[in-house]
Amino acid sequence: MTATPIDVAGARRSRRFEWLRRNPTIVVGATILALFVVLALIAPWIANDPLSFEPLDRLKRPSAEFWFGTDQFGRDVYSRVVYGTRISLVVGISVACIATAIGLVIGVLCGYYRRVDDTVMRVMDGLMAIPAILLAIALITLMRSSLLIVIVAITIPEIPRVVRLVRSVVLTVRGLPYIEAAVASGTRTRLIMTRHILPNTVAPLIVQATYVCAAAILTEAGLSFLGAGTPPEIPSWGNIISTGRTFFQISPWIIFFPGVMLAIAVLAINLVGDGLRDSLDPRIARRM
Amino acid sequence: MTAYIIRRLLATIPVMIVVALFVFLLLHLTPGDPAAVIAGDEASPAAIEGIRRKLGLDLPLWQQFGIYVSNLLRGDLGTSIFSNLPVLTLVKQRLEPSIVLALSTLLVAISFAIPMGVVAAWKVGTAIDRVVMGFSVLGFAVPVFLIGYFLIYVFAIELHWLPVQGYQPLAQGIGQTARSIVLPAFALGMVYMALIARITRASMLDVLSQDYIRTAHAKGVAMSVVLLHHALKNAAVPIVTVIGIGLALLISGVVITETVFNIPGLGRLTVDAILKRDYPIIQGLIILFASVKVLVNLMIDISYAFFDPRIRY
Repeated sequence: MTATPIDVAGARRSRRFEWLRRNPTIVVGATILALFVVLALIAPWIANDPLSFEPLDRLKRPSAEFWFGTDQFGRDVYSRVVYGTRISLVVGISVACIATAIGLVIGVLCGYYRRVDDTVMRVMDGLMAIPAILLAIALITLMRSSLLIVIVAITIPEIPRVVRLVRSVVLTVRGLPYIEAAVASGTRTRLIMTRHILPNTVAPLIVQATYVCAAAILTEAGLSFLGAGTPPEIPSWGNIISTGRTFFQISPWIIFFPGVMLAIAVLAINLVGDGLRDSLDPRIARRM
Repeated sequence: MTAYIIRRLLATIPVMIVVALFVFLLLHLTPGDPAAVIAGDEASPAAIEGIRRKLGLDLPLWQQFGIYVSNLLRGDLGTSIFSNLPVLTLVKQRLEPSIVLALSTLLVAISFAIPMGVVAAWKVGTAIDRVVMGFSVLGFAVPVFLIGYFLIYVFAIELHWLPVQGYQPLAQGIGQTARSIVLPAFALGMVYMALIARITRASMLDVLSQDYIRTAHAKGVAMSVVLLHHALKNAAVPIVTVIGIGLALLISGVVITETVFNIPGLGRLTVDAILKRDYPIIQGLIILFASVKVLVNLMIDISYAFFDPRIRY
């Protein structure tokens, strides 16, 4: 008897296609995000120097020469917006990665070792009571502003939320019979944590990381808008909007273009997050 | 119930201690001499020494923290470095616009979002539902300054219906105040509205699928009564929770909204403090905002018993 050849690769491909078809929000969001990444990467080839200024071209309306107009120093808003994509993506992705990594470690330790749990969770409660933007402002007021400080300042208030999420997953899983069985059969603690508990946190963490990323991009823009964000010479979307503030009645385009880019980027990330959440946890799909 | 409230009140103490410790340590653990940081770039050594003495920065750390906490307990939030006025005085001067803005935003958000959520849940799967959901996805993405400047452009600059920026104090009549606060409240309320509408819909969908709702329909109870009397009250606990969570958004949003609309409130106090690197003001504001947040969370926990009598403490 000959074995029927099974088209494994084909089946996997069609399953993947099926999964994407059932999650159109992920496809839309991810496509937009991919465009932003491409924009950030090819910025030097499609935009001029974002810092060069031409006093004669101050506050020019959007035109064929200056697609998004110019600001009060005669800087090309289009070039600045394109370069700003880099800052927003770097801030969003770094904050999401760092906050998730630190939150994961603290959360697993809290969920597993009851002794550290009480103290650490009180500290987390305290951190959560401080409005994120004020905490970041305090850090930035005390230190000389730089992109790194901004990333750190935005990361700290995001950590408690990740810790809580991971801790709650660990607490739930820890009580399940298969962990008891692992303990009873003498599995080492480290192996229980990495092999049996950690995989359960992956799905909720990925979803949480997308929301952290979106929140971080918005916070960076808000901080820069208030003058407490990335140093003013760096063309971040928040900084561009901040320079446009004084002249928005006569030159609204300085605020409009970076603002719209910001909204589209955050929307795309949220769409991916919502889509992942629904597909990873079908119980709440359709509800939210 | 009283025992529960007392227990919850006591639980806020460690949280506030952590907050105080954090803002205190932030100043002392950041690299560099705190006195020099506060004094600014062009300060003379004598001025730095003066600040060091004034703030007691020459004492041991634990003693400084003791003094700081005992000052806080007596309502002393510190002294501004530039104006030399107590932070509490500065806060009091700027309090009214921020409270008016926060409460109007809350009012706008709740009175639009809850009907939106209820209707979306009632008409689930229809075009109305999709519009509400679309709005709530968008509301999370559009930053408050973009909405703010857009509203100013349309309603103030193009249509001339409302003032462009600024704030009219309540002392000049509530009508003037209302005119100056409408646009800021809507701009800031958008993200809040999105959040509350989403949760209201989700919570209502949960409740509407239960047996007693079908019974109510079968008895011939009017749709509006089923929705508002039978369902909404039982859907209230998550809604109230999310209103509390949203308060954090509101506080951060107030700072940005006040800058967009030139409102002389606590947000502007914050921004001015950033520009002058007046750390005691920021420190004081953090303590203040954190206390408000902790207090609201406490009130929300207590309100659960009202909405759901099954919750006993």
